[in-house]
Amino acid sequence: MSEQTSLLALSPGMRCRVTALTMEGSMRRRLLDIGLTPGTEVQCLGRSPAGDPAAYLIRGAVIAIRARDSRSIIIQKL
Amino acid sequence: MGLTKSSVGRGALDDGICLSPCDPEDRVIALAGNPNVGKSTVFNALTGMHQHTGNWPGKTVAGAQGRCVHRGQGYTLVDIPGTYSLMANSAEEEIARNFICFGEPDVTVVVCDATCLERNLNLVLQTMEISPRTVVCVNLLDEAKRKHISVDLAALARLLGVRVVGCTARKKKSLIPLLDAVAEVCDAPPADNAPPVTYPAEIEAAIDRVVPVLQAQLGDKLNARWLALKLLEGECCLHADVSGYLGCDPLCDKALCEALTEAKQLLTAAGLSSENYRDAVVGTVMARAEEIAGGCVRYETAQAHLRDRRIDRILTGRVTAYPVMLLLLAFIFWLTIVGANYPSALLSKGLFALQDQLTLLFIRIGAPDFLRGLLVDGMYRVLAWVVSVMLPPMAIFFPLFTLLEDAGYLPRIAYNLDRPFQCCHACGKQALTMCMGFGCNAAGVVGCRIIDSPRERLLAILTNSFVPCNGRFPTMLTILSVFFVGAVTGLAASVWSALLLTLVIVLGVALTFLSTRLLSATLLRGVPSSFTLELPPYRRPQIGQVLLRSVLDRTLFVLGRAAAVAAPAGLFIWLMANITVAGGTLLSHCASLLDPVGRAMGLDGVILIAFILSLPANEITLPIALMAYLAQGTLIDIESTAEMREVLIANGWTPVTAVCMLLFTLLHWPCSTTLLTIKKEAGGWRWALLALALPTLFGVLLCLAVNGVWHLFR
Repeated sequence: MSEQTSLLALSPGMRCRVTALTMEGSMRRRLLDIGLTPGTEVQCLGRSPAGDPAAYLIRGAVIAIRARDSRSIIIQKL
Repeated sequence: MGLTKSSVGRGALDDGICLSPCDPEDRVIALAGNPNVGKSTVFNALTGMHQHTGNWPGKTVAGAQGRCVHRGQGYTLVDIPGTYSLMANSAEEEIARNFICFGEPDVTVVVCDATCLERNLNLVLQTMEISPRTVVCVNLLDEAKRKHISVDLAALARLLGVRVVGCTARKKKSLIPLLDAVAEVCDAPPADNAPPVTYPAEIEAAIDRVVPVLQAQLGDKLNARWLALKLLEGECCLHADVSGYLGCDPLCDKALCEALTEAKQLLTAAGLSSENYRDAVVGTVMARAEEIAGGCVRYETAQAHLRDRRIDRILTGRVTAYPVMLLLLAFIFWLTIVGANYPSALLSKGLFALQDQLTLLFIRIGAPDFLRGLLVDGMYRVLAWVVSVMLPPMAIFFPLFTLLEDAGYLPRIAYNLDRPFQCCHACGKQALTMCMGFGCNAAGVVGCRIIDSPRERLLAILTNSFVPCNGRFPTMLTILSVFFVGAVTGLAASVWSALLLTLVIVLGVALTFLSTRLLSATLLRGVPSSFTLELPPYRRPQIGQVLLRSVLDRTLFVLGRAAAVAAPAGLFIWLMANITVAGGTLLSHCASLLDPVGRAMGLDGVILIAFILSLPANEITLPIALMAYLAQGTLIDIESTAEMREVLIANGWTPVTAVCMLLFTLLHWPCSTTLLTIKKEAGGWRWALLALALPTLFGVLLCLAVNGVWHLFR
């Protein structure tokens, strides 16, 4: 079983499984609404030209998430 | 100071959708769906209306209504803002939920994207929890087919337990089965469907405790199971909405309060605090969506979105993203300039020839000179100018821009520019509203509703007019071609003006960043809020539709508005230029009054008065200035840039005047429509005043600087 890390550490092309969201409030709810519930598989597709945000494939849709938010998404690399 | 709830709170948005069916016999259909699934396309195809569509999330900011007739029955369709869920996390979600819940639609159609069904099913299930009278419309089947994704609609219908219709909304015929399904659901007697989602046992137990009590109180008005689920969550704004809808507060009922308390105790005993409870509910719905999607969607290749990723690599790549963005911008300007030249010349020739005919007519019928001057030289001339200078560039720029929008490029711009906006403590979606500003600043300001954080929304609203709208492009283009391109000819000339114009725009964008940063360090202090941005799949634009829509909706609308303002302005200016008081015309008095200020800024009094008088519409700045100049000299027709150059130079213009004019066109007060919109959207005149002062300040300072430096080195 591989170590737990944050979504920020996922490099482009890599896949992972979400284990927990550690943020509170509206951002947590927003992420849950777009389908980022624990257990969801996520793939990092690339970073924007300035390095932040990065694009992730979540349940068939491409979503850009900023580094300060992806830091609070705990994942397990696949 | 600054941020108060009353000025920027939810009140800044429309309170909700006010339904006004065209016919009392009409059935009401609510059109719900995730952002960017082609909801507006379905709406337009059904109603024949031209609700603006675009390939980016959050485009429908207010509920549009339309009507269609199918097999003799009228339907009023309501286009609800696109949302990911009905949990009411944002203003749009609240509007959407409240309409489905309290707007009493006969049927709710949930439009889904076939290429991304799993995520869409979340909303479907949530809608079904509120109302079983739901029809699922799986849109974009053609796109899914291209990406080798197949959706088994029959299986989906079986798994969901509601009607499912597949369609390709771009093809109108494919929508007939949808209307048939809607009609069927309307006519069907209310059925007691099984709940679409079954929650973990402890939550179900809590629901079971509350439902019977609620049922007795609500009757058929609301779905008791759904309301119980929400009341257990303790959502406060829903509570107020429900009370308003029912006309009484359900929580006043003692039996219900007791049931709720008991149910909450059950939950707490099971280890579900309110946050955990919410997570469990959302997670269960999502898991059910995943299960259903697993049962009916098949990916035939592992790399369904390969083409999109390849395009993304160029359009959002580390090295290529910014150059491509600039090149595209310059290319659009170049096409606009090249394409507009010829029709512009033709139009102005025709319209000014007509002016001669009109003059002759007025002379023949013996109309007084005063009347002829007022109507022909005043009103008609300004109108002719606005039409011939504005129409061609607009008719080219708008469609080109809409093509980019349709293809899905705008969210990529927001993605590329998010980092700089983040450094300004703002939201990346401001890039989207900035792009809308190119079309019309008032539209850009309304578009700011897609930004959730009130502080960041205000930043976007206040800085929107730093990008020039379509009313200002023609002025800039004219000045560029008269003063800076003159010597060069042919292809080089148009490329040169496009590059210069791009440079001006880049300056505008840079100042947007600067002023956003300034505001967020002073009046609107705060840290950037969280944000997620969906990057939709690239879609082949519907070229025919785009042409029709952008010409009919945008071009003619903007032109109509400009003309409506230009005609009376022409009258007014002519009067000012022809009423003589104390040895000079009113216009010359005003101009000479403003002249010292204008001179200091590298302009002159006439230009300043022209800017002031064109407050209703930026398009007419240059015509007013020319009228003022010409009213003092001989009357000639402005047909070629060479002649215009002569007129301007005869009135003391130098290249510095032209540069300052360009700068001040980019940076001055927004037009009155935009100001009114800002007042409405930001919630107060002080914000509108700030939006007026901010660019003006930049403009005045820059003009003073340019003029000062010029005189220093001369």
